[in-house]
Amino acid sequence: MTAPRDDILANIRRSLGVSGAEAPRRANVATRLENAPRGLIPARGQLGPAARVAMFKEQAKRAQASVTQVARPQDVPAEIARFLRDRNLPATVRIGADARLTAMPWSETALEVSAGRSDGGDPNAVSHAFGGVAESGTLALVSGPDNPTTLNFLPDNHIVIVSAVDVAGDYETIWQRLREQTGKGAMPRTVNLITGPSRSADIEQTLLLGAHGPRTLHIIIVGEPQPSGG
Amino acid sequence: MTVHTTSPQFKENAHEALRDAPLQKALNNMRSGFIERRALAAAELPEFERLRDSARDIKKHTLQHLDLYLEAYEKKVKAAGGYVQFCRTPAEANAAVLSICKARGARIVTKGKSMISEEMGLNEALIAQGITPVETDLGEYIIQLRGEIPSHIIAPAVHLNKEQVEADFRRVHTHLPKDRVLTEPTQLLTEARAVLRERFLAADVGITGANFLIAETGTSIIVTNEGNGDLTQTLPKVHIVLASLEKLVPTLEDVSQLLRVLARSATGQDMSVYTTFSTGPRRPGDVDGPEEYHVILLDNGRSAMLGGEFEDMLRCIRCGACMNHCPVYHAVGGHAYGWVYPGPMGAVLTPSLIGVDKAGHLPNASTFCGRCEAVCPVRIPLPKMMRHWREREFARHLTPAAFRSGLRLWAFFAKRPALYKFATRIGMGVLGLAGKRSGRFKSLPLAGGWTDFRDMPAPQGRTFQARWAKEKRAR
Amino acid sequence: MSPPRNVALFVTCLVDLFRPSVGFAAVKLLEDAGCRVSVPVQTCCGQPAYNAGDRPDARDLALQVLDAFEPFDYVVVPSGSCGGQIKKHYPELFAGEPDLARRADALAEKTYELVSFLTDVLGIERVDARFERAVTYHDSCSGLRELKIQEQPRKLLRSVQGLTIAEMPRSDVCCGFGGTFAVKYGEISNEIVERKTQDIAASGAPVLLAGDMGCLLNMAGKLSREGRAIEVRHVAEVLAGMTDTPPIGGIAAGARR
Repeated sequence: MTAPRDDILANIRRSLGVSGAEAPRRANVATRLENAPRGLIPARGQLGPAARVAMFKEQAKRAQASVTQVARPQDVPAEIARFLRDRNLPATVRIGADARLTAMPWSETALEVSAGRSDGGDPNAVSHAFGGVAESGTLALVSGPDNPTTLNFLPDNHIVIVSAVDVAGDYETIWQRLREQTGKGAMPRTVNLITGPSRSADIEQTLLLGAHGPRTLHIIIVGEPQPSGG
Repeated sequence: MTVHTTSPQFKENAHEALRDAPLQKALNNMRSGFIERRALAAAELPEFERLRDSARDIKKHTLQHLDLYLEAYEKKVKAAGGYVQFCRTPAEANAAVLSICKARGARIVTKGKSMISEEMGLNEALIAQGITPVETDLGEYIIQLRGEIPSHIIAPAVHLNKEQVEADFRRVHTHLPKDRVLTEPTQLLTEARAVLRERFLAADVGITGANFLIAETGTSIIVTNEGNGDLTQTLPKVHIVLASLEKLVPTLEDVSQLLRVLARSATGQDMSVYTTFSTGPRRPGDVDGPEEYHVILLDNGRSAMLGGEFEDMLRCIRCGACMNHCPVYHAVGGHAYGWVYPGPMGAVLTPSLIGVDKAGHLPNASTFCGRCEAVCPVRIPLPKMMRHWREREFARHLTPAAFRSGLRLWAFFAKRPALYKFATRIGMGVLGLAGKRSGRFKSLPLAGGWTDFRDMPAPQGRTFQARWAKEKRAR
Repeated sequence: MSPPRNVALFVTCLVDLFRPSVGFAAVKLLEDAGCRVSVPVQTCCGQPAYNAGDRPDARDLALQVLDAFEPFDYVVVPSGSCGGQIKKHYPELFAGEPDLARRADALAEKTYELVSFLTDVLGIERVDARFERAVTYHDSCSGLRELKIQEQPRKLLRSVQGLTIAEMPRSDVCCGFGGTFAVKYGEISNEIVERKTQDIAASGAPVLLAGDMGCLLNMAGKLSREGRAIEVRHVAEVLAGMTDTPPIGGIAAGARR
């Protein structure tokens, strides 16, 4: 009895009228996988560094995220403390092991900071994004001990730090940068592209925030975009 | 395993649906929103039309090379520490899922939305083995409480009103105070969030679907607004991905093209809130994530569609735009279609998967208005494929006999112009005379489908060709 | 002065059988625009068979039309759906038969829906007619989506003296006719046409126009059953200034039922 896998592949080949061994087809596939050609990239995100950050902010706000900008990483804890205070939220945050976050002067604030993955009991979490995409106001977050995936979904409020220089125009730039990190053809365990806080319109088409993921998404852009590319 | 379907009773289903006041109210509510939002999103992106072309071309290319891309994909999943199982039928797929669950002693399984699991009848299979599946997509959760199937592929509970949801929550969430207020959607959402949060954390296995599978990296993608899919796949020790063969896309760049048209076509958003790329289980150093990652690849009739008249249907990226724009769907809702997939895409796909003898009504219940094709992000020629089904039914004499005879009789006359002119001159003369006084008929023999609901305007009496011939003689 | 274009009029079976005045309106519009109009022997374009999956009969009827109409410079059709059948679907009917496919392509090239022919081919910008009423216009699906007819009828209507256009909401949504669909799935068709008549009434216009007899019969029949006093005509009749005949489903002005 043939294994289902062989059966299915044989069926596909029979339907397409091929044997699977044809060199041109194999070359087609190998070339596409190797070269990963870019398709049509909308002009919207194709801007200079400063304009990209402005577009990112605009698009993120359209998706119901709140966005602010600080000059230096050192300014982040104070901004987070302010944000939580303004919203009447508990002054406690959970972060991962990301060195950029642990290096920040948390002790200059009254914030209670704990580290590690979330088990569901944290009201607020802080992550550092791998980058942002101006085209749609999207954040790219990568799994790992630095920024555990659970911090993106379990807490009620998610605060994400993104460096201005890491705000790309399009998703394709993010994939290229990721490849430089993980190698071609590989991916981290999880990459989350996040655009705004959790929402649902499943009840009478009424749009509501905070379905299962965070109710609020607060983005803090750090630093200035560099004048040259990115 | 027999397929549960009421597609053969489409007409009866439609009859009930038209009389279902709460359903009609809900359908009225959903009609314009999806349409307006998609139109806005499309208008705001100058490249939208060209992106549709790009998306179509990528899917076409992939389908033409599906065997090779599947092999490449499988290799990458394994390299990342995941497992891949190919399954020909729902029975094989259910067995595969059960085997994984049993090996882990799973008792509670959370589920992100998966239409493939509906095709499989997975929930029934799990329950039969003493395993509790919990739907976590809010719409899916609501209909699970009601024992219903989804009525729309992205908005499963679109057929319900908030009063109905409130009634179900009160009936099932008996641990909560009876006097709580639950009239507003936001209160319902808050309650669901709390109830499901417990389930997310308790689950042994998480099962999701996959919007796309990427061959280049062995990655599965889920697209949600709620974040339920992410909690489903991240928290439990085991993540199972259910996907049909045609979800394959070659590269990250290719999937980016498709993502740019998916949410815009579905809900009018530029991007859904959570687009998640998953590749294999936990890595060394990870502090969260599943320990096991399994991909179940289901065929269930897709491989037979390749190379044939219905291959284009495999391009579908499950956005729901077609049904959002369909006047028939707006009239009767999704349940009338009787199986997993409603609306125009359901009308084309269902006969391929469960047979045209069961699903024959679906491609016939269309006016061919063409709106579905006009909005499909991957340009599937849906009316054309519905017509292909009608051709197959006609050739196999599955078309209702009276209808077939009427058509052939018309064709008989139409192929004989002299006879046609003679017969129509008489026929229209009679009808014209009969209808002259009132200008219309309130009832006509053999045309009950028309005159039960509308008058039939009377013909003017003489045919154009007869009058033209007379005028020409007079000139 | 250029020689008159030889136009073959494909009146469509519904015009032929139900409402010849539309055919005569089409003739007038074409002759006023300097065309020489012929009416080859004709029956049906074959769309009912085609849409029902009866390809053999559809092909036979298409061949009949091909033989009768291809000698002319243009084929003009007062219907988006029959026009679409010839222009968009005939070539597909002969796919795999190169000689016939070539002929079908050639026929498709020179086949036009009436209003689109006047504006897009002949460049007509105005008509010489008077109709002092407010009208609302329904966009038939085939005409709209297959043949891109939307602005053209409105452009010509705006040139009719005394006429105002009151757009209905959702003028581009199906009326529920769909050929045999209206009979086979009568209940669903009724639901759709009910929504359409509501939208027609919402326009406030006392007159409904469209370019397809199928849609017009469907909408007129429903309006009549609902007792709505809205006059229904084919757009060609208004453009040709030939509105003396009773409207579709109606009786002569002043007559009593």
